[in-house]
Amino acid sequence: MTNLIPPGLILVLCALLIPCTRGYLRSLLLLGLPIFVLFLIWQVPDGTSLTIAFLEYSLQPIHGSAVGRLFATVFAIMLFAGNLFALGQARTTELTAAAVYAGSAICITLAGDLLSVFVFWEIMAIASTAVLWSAGTAESYRASIRYLLVHLLGGVILMIGIAGHVNETGSLVFTAMQTDSLAHWMILVGFLINAAAPPLSAWLADAYPEASPSGSVFLSAFTTKTAVFVLLQGFPGAEILIYIGLFMVFYGIIYALMENDMRRILAYSIVNQVGFMVTGIGIGTTMALNGVAAHAFTHIIYKALLLMSAGSVLYMTGKRKCTDLGGLFRTMPVTTACGIIGALAISAFPLTSGFISKSMISQAAFDEHLATIWLLLAAASAGVFLHAGIKFPWFVFFQKDSGLRPADPPLNMRLAMILFAALCIGLGVYPEPLYAILPYEVDYVPYTVHHVVAQLQLLLFAGLAFFVLLPQMKRTLTISLDFDWFYRRAFPFIIENIFSVIGKVYHPIQQSFFVRLNRGLAFISQRNGGTSRLLSHTYPAGSMVMWVTVILAVYLFLSFITH
Amino acid sequence: MLTHLPVLQVIVPLLAAPLCLLLTRSRLVWVFTLIVSGLAFVISGLLLQQVMATGTIIYELGGWDAPWGIEYRIDQLNALLLLIISGVSTVVLMAAHTSIRKEISPDRHSLFYILYLLSLAGMLGIVATADAFNVFVFLEISSLSAYALIALGKDRRALWASYQYLIMGTIGATFILIGIGLMYQMTGTLNMYDLSQRLPGVENTRTLFTAFSFFIVGVCLKLALFPLHLWLPNAYAYAPSIVTAFFAATATKVAIYLLIRFTFSIFGLSFSFTALPLQLLFVVLGLAGVFVASTSAIYQTNIKHLFAYSSIAQVGYMIIGFSVSTVTGLMATLLHMFNHALMKSALFLALGAVMYRFGSVKINDFHGLGRLMPYTMAAIVVGGISLIGVPLTVGFISKWYLLMALIEKGWWPVAVLILIGSLLAVVYVWRLVEVAYFKPPVAGNEAVKEAPLSFLIPIWLLVSANIYFGIDTRLSIQVAQAAAHSLFGVSP
Repeated sequence: MTNLIPPGLILVLCALLIPCTRGYLRSLLLLGLPIFVLFLIWQVPDGTSLTIAFLEYSLQPIHGSAVGRLFATVFAIMLFAGNLFALGQARTTELTAAAVYAGSAICITLAGDLLSVFVFWEIMAIASTAVLWSAGTAESYRASIRYLLVHLLGGVILMIGIAGHVNETGSLVFTAMQTDSLAHWMILVGFLINAAAPPLSAWLADAYPEASPSGSVFLSAFTTKTAVFVLLQGFPGAEILIYIGLFMVFYGIIYALMENDMRRILAYSIVNQVGFMVTGIGIGTTMALNGVAAHAFTHIIYKALLLMSAGSVLYMTGKRKCTDLGGLFRTMPVTTACGIIGALAISAFPLTSGFISKSMISQAAFDEHLATIWLLLAAASAGVFLHAGIKFPWFVFFQKDSGLRPADPPLNMRLAMILFAALCIGLGVYPEPLYAILPYEVDYVPYTVHHVVAQLQLLLFAGLAFFVLLPQMKRTLTISLDFDWFYRRAFPFIIENIFSVIGKVYHPIQQSFFVRLNRGLAFISQRNGGTSRLLSHTYPAGSMVMWVTVILAVYLFLSFITH
Repeated sequence: MLTHLPVLQVIVPLLAAPLCLLLTRSRLVWVFTLIVSGLAFVISGLLLQQVMATGTIIYELGGWDAPWGIEYRIDQLNALLLLIISGVSTVVLMAAHTSIRKEISPDRHSLFYILYLLSLAGMLGIVATADAFNVFVFLEISSLSAYALIALGKDRRALWASYQYLIMGTIGATFILIGIGLMYQMTGTLNMYDLSQRLPGVENTRTLFTAFSFFIVGVCLKLALFPLHLWLPNAYAYAPSIVTAFFAATATKVAIYLLIRFTFSIFGLSFSFTALPLQLLFVVLGLAGVFVASTSAIYQTNIKHLFAYSSIAQVGYMIIGFSVSTVTGLMATLLHMFNHALMKSALFLALGAVMYRFGSVKINDFHGLGRLMPYTMAAIVVGGISLIGVPLTVGFISKWYLLMALIEKGWWPVAVLILIGSLLAVVYVWRLVEVAYFKPPVAGNEAVKEAPLSFLIPIWLLVSANIYFGIDTRLSIQVAQAAAHSLFGVSP
């Protein structure tokens, strides 16, 4: 079976059954399907097991590889937990779209040719738009259209890159590429747009927070991580990725610190985390690539966990701003505990999954003697702890008493959170199973005295900084960018200022881009406006004849003067 | 018998047309017309097979030697076009009996079929003949019957649209005639092959440049290249649905055939692309057509208008492929002619089904159509997806070849622009999908039923062809490749 039809495609096709089912049957389908697909993923052997002739090329829709299997596995696990979380509250459209979305992401991870990647890339864009859309609010609809436009644009660039690549090499096989030709640059740009790389990073934080509570859980996992996967396969060691990645790391931190909406904080933190991975791909050693794969795996789990806890809060209270929340730990103990575990994992606290994966990327930078990059990554780790590790749980669950007394969410939501919280701790304590499925042999021991002590030091100081600066952190919307806490880690002063300036200049540019986009959309939707009349005006025969005369005159003129 | 296939291809529908007058009952005429068209389809299939096997077929009418007699010359290019025209005509005709009952008054039914056959014969004739003046004669046969067919539309504006088409079409045909006349004046021959031999001798004369300019403008008017496209939207929108489905798939293709035939086989490549800066002109006009027409399509509320504008945009793609003037570029154009015929006939026939149930094809009629007419709407969605150029549909194949042609040539910006242009197609197709699946039906429409089988069968035949030829591309690509190679004079 697995050499006839790709496992992801089975998921996509079975997703279409979801609208036809009700009640227990649907729950069974939603929970059983990801497990079945996970089983199928592990049946796919290494190498190409299905070749289809198309035009003069051959497509390889099933092509097993260690790294592909790793991503496919975590996608299937993610869909399972996401479905569990969404049971009973998400709309049919959302559940169907999420399954199609996950299925096409899995197809990409197991595809051996660029055209298959492109096809599922586009299906993913449409399915994720549908996930966004099923939140059902006017704001989510507008956000989904903006989101779709950015992704379709990315698809266009990718498509041309692929066509150029085929023209140069005559083959569609998806192998590692160099940034040596226009076509390859376009492929890289197409991939990077999905990874939320600059200058179009804003699509992510613009769209994800508008999804439904479960929708944002699904969205956080697939698009950016598929982009990480294709970058890992296509451009390992491309130096420019180091700088793009670092930019994303700090971009994410800066905006997350300024943000007040809890899910937007987490959205910026996705950019930040993907930035770590992109940097790792840019470093490109086996240690770095292992680290990227491992980090993608653990990141999907803890980020989903964080978004689930934020989603639970939103679901139970209907509020999403940090300034409206606080003190929820009294009545939402499970959500609080799971949120804290997620926050510790994202901060790479020892004994959590983040610790065993993120440190591999830093270690790779260290091994390659990339001192500046290593320092920047270390500084960024402290920044992550500030914005996601402390800020999110502190303002949502502790801080002042907001007077809200919501209960913990329904059982299925709690179970989903507990499952992922357990995975976060489990992988942190016992990382060997994850290390065993990494693409290259692992020669890394996370729990050395030096690693643990250094990480704890870093987190301790960052934590201290947070509480020292608490009065300023509270005015979240007007906070000025002050990077005092980085001094302690000997972070060059000048760089902070550069980033703060970039932040100040960059943000309005991005804002104005989206404002324009919105205006453009509003303009198009006014179908009775002036444009409409201009474009569909019925012309009298006379004016048509005039055009003919003009064209004839021009043609005659041109043919006479050129000779 | 087999040796006479080239002439039978044209003569059968031409002679069958007046016979319709004898069969007065509508259903009888329909069956007769369908058989005649089917026959033409079989003939074109046989011709294609023969051409692919043995090469160009030359048929001398009445046994008179060319250049004194008229000859028909069937090579891969003609054969492909003949197949497209007769094939689409046959499938579309299957729904004709049902469709025209609602759109044309019964006393005009035989008239409709007569005109239809004449128009079919005219188009087949244009493609089959190897005589430049014969081209004009058949052009007039097909055009005059087309004007009358469009005027049969039940909307009163049909008459006016037909009148405008008449004016513009006549100007176009006259320009083509002037071009042919000037060529005749310079060379004293009308046979295409003969012309191609003698024209190089008079290459650097103003008369020939003038002939070329007149011809190009005339043919661009016929193929609705921006900005000479203004006659098309109304003509397509107000014509009877069957007529729209037939013309949208074939009429502009025939004009593009003429463009390719005259520039490649008669004037010759080097003359055609140096007499005028044709490459630049056509790329610019083609792109302008893609963008202006696609944007216009987004604003239309009459869905027939919407897809008519989209046809203009698609012509833009074909012209861009032509202007690349490489084998791949020409292949892209030929493939898109074949593929676009499949998409647009499927789409307009599905609109015919909507017209049959609602009496109009306004965007309001599409509210909730996904539930009211699930099979028709699904066909429109697949057709639309094909129009956008999604893989596994025919639309992707031609877009891919166009993209490859542009990249081979190094025209990256054009490649980017045509793909952005196809995003506009996403927008106008999405508008339909959105109202059809996410809006409830407009009050009063809730009881509308699915279209009858006589519609659904031909619609889904065409839709399946859209998918089949998107996956199994042997036929279309082989023929297009052979045609492109022979036009460029290279052996494959």
